[in-house]
Amino acid sequence: MMGDLQEVPHLRGDPALVSRLRRDGSGESLSAPARRRLAGFSRTLRNNGFRIGLAEAQDALAILASPAAIQPALLKPALRALFCATHSDWDRFDEIFDAFWRGRNMRQRQVLSGTATAPHVPARRIAEAHVPQEALGLPDHAERRNDDSAETPADGRGRREGASRTELLTATDLRHIVDPDEIAATHALTVRLARVMRVRLVRREQIRKRGRRLDLRRTIHRNISHGGTLLDLTWRRRKIKPLRLVVLLDASGSMSLYTAFFVRFLHGVVDAFREAEAFVFHTRLAHVSPSLRDRDVTRAVEKLTLMAQGIGGGTRIGDSLATFNRWHARRVINSRTAVMIVSDGYDTGAPSQLSEEMRRLRRRCKKIMWLNPLIGWRDYAPQARGMQAALPYIDLFAPAHNLASLAALEPYLARI
Amino acid sequence: MTLKREEIADKLTAVGYVADHDIATALWLMDFLKRPLLLEGEAGVGKTEVGKALAAVHGAELIRLQCYEGLDQNAALYEWNYQRQLLAIKARESIGENADAIEEHIFSEKYLLERPLLAAIRRDKPPVLLIDELDRADEEFEAFLLELLSDFQVSVPELGTIKATTIPRVVLTSNATRELSDALRRRCLYHYIDFPDVDREAKIILTRVPGIDAALALQVARMVAAVRKEDLRKVPGVAETLDWAATLFGLEVHDLRQEPEAIYETMICLLKTQEDRARMTREVSGRLLGKVA
Repeated sequence: MMGDLQEVPHLRGDPALVSRLRRDGSGESLSAPARRRLAGFSRTLRNNGFRIGLAEAQDALAILASPAAIQPALLKPALRALFCATHSDWDRFDEIFDAFWRGRNMRQRQVLSGTATAPHVPARRIAEAHVPQEALGLPDHAERRNDDSAETPADGRGRREGASRTELLTATDLRHIVDPDEIAATHALTVRLARVMRVRLVRREQIRKRGRRLDLRRTIHRNISHGGTLLDLTWRRRKIKPLRLVVLLDASGSMSLYTAFFVRFLHGVVDAFREAEAFVFHTRLAHVSPSLRDRDVTRAVEKLTLMAQGIGGGTRIGDSLATFNRWHARRVINSRTAVMIVSDGYDTGAPSQLSEEMRRLRRRCKKIMWLNPLIGWRDYAPQARGMQAALPYIDLFAPAHNLASLAALEPYLARI
Repeated sequence: MTLKREEIADKLTAVGYVADHDIATALWLMDFLKRPLLLEGEAGVGKTEVGKALAAVHGAELIRLQCYEGLDQNAALYEWNYQRQLLAIKARESIGENADAIEEHIFSEKYLLERPLLAAIRRDKPPVLLIDELDRADEEFEAFLLELLSDFQVSVPELGTIKATTIPRVVLTSNATRELSDALRRRCLYHYIDFPDVDREAKIILTRVPGIDAALALQVARMVAAVRKEDLRKVPGVAETLDWAATLFGLEVHDLRQEPEAIYETMICLLKTQEDRARMTREVSGRLLGKVA
């Protein structure tokens, strides 16, 4: 609410309306119960995630006092146009409106936020026969213990102290990291890696680009003293759209050993890149960027880890990609988008579907990277049927079993 | 001049815009609350048409700004007339004027070229400013636009601040290829336009394709509604429906059931990718036809 108050004068530069409200007192002419009722409605909407400021509430009073209020059939569309800001608001508004004005006060439906009441998650059972024993010691809820350290960014001193340890960690297969402290360090490193990637990308762009054109406005201004002869030319550098990164993370059972780390990585990426979107899939696809935008790392990662855990069955990569192509691709992919798929390629769906969807995706985006933790294993060959089907459409097929392999991606991203 | 809501609804019909039930209320609110209107919806549902209809309703000029990636202030707001400036410098120098005087002269209003945003605030009568596909423009431009929409004044460094002589009615449209900022959304009224239902689409066909008979219009609308339910890459919009209806009318088709082959062949009006075309086989089109006609 404080935020609303502060923003209002800046946002609402409409003295005409304010004075009109004051002049004919339409705001005041309403009866007190009506005003209270409207305030209650605004509150209900806010509780349902609508963003309503003081300005909107005031405009609503003006509407109630206007001729439109006499016809209830007009009141709903009027308030809807005023209070809604997004398509999802639009879809939910009617239900909330009807419940509030037609029924008695509806029970306030709180928006899910935080995971304070999240049930304790039991450590998952890992069924894969080829998983080494020590890997079993990596419980998902271990994350709760190490958030303090992950949240404080590694400042100069901390980094120097941990340098040798860090070196060691980057080369260790993520499966083998079991000590809580090591896990914490790894997570911090992952987040930092994502940031570094972003910084390096931006810098390289600026140095690399030679696309320049004449800035006529400035040139003329500077050459008036030369009598209009253009001696002193001003150039303009073309602004480059930042690279957008879309990450699709496989959170199926076969990937479970790596999921916790990649969820961290995802948070780092979404946090660091100005344009990044994250999706998690197993048997179906979920758009997780909004939950990851939570500045509270603990909450964001926990929320996501819970989401990623709702699985026992296989992976349906093809299906998930189809969902992505059909519902999300148009919105999240532009001409400067690199898609990063993190998966082991064990697909329980039909390979033909996967290859078809990969083909579609390939046409839309700039580059597809497929990170496969299994590549890091000795004697691995991409023989899973899903992997075979997807390979022709992949620009970069790279290992992602340790931090060093993630770091190795950075120069590649910079070249895109 | 503020119109009543009913007047707007009547006038929309009069100018040939078949409105969905709530748009008239939103357009009335724009005037009442002096807020811009943000329209969202799938491509091809007729967002731009709302702007045009609004201009027609108020008998106002329509000023349109099409957004694109890399749109900057030069293209959206103002530009100097460089050729004339250069000529003026030469001409005045030859009569011995000093540099300061020349500078003052060439950066005067005479040499200023209006672009849509500046034009919209400098008219005598409030125009309708249609900012189309705002999501294609950069975030920086969106922030600049937000400032303009709340202050309605523009600062030109060489000239000073230009205040609005009139506040335009502003309609923004977005295809949701990029998420717009919360600040902008809150500044605007919001209306989501869906594909028209069958009755409304039939009415649109009747208005826009003169001479077509009502039964055919209804059949076409039903068929298009069925096609939209198929799993297509590019869902046909209202413009495609109108093309198709006009084509069928031109081919003198009177009843869709009689001419399945003509239906199949003219379906290219609706399906704009090779993939969709391949999906809509004779069997599929026949099946849909059986359901709707």
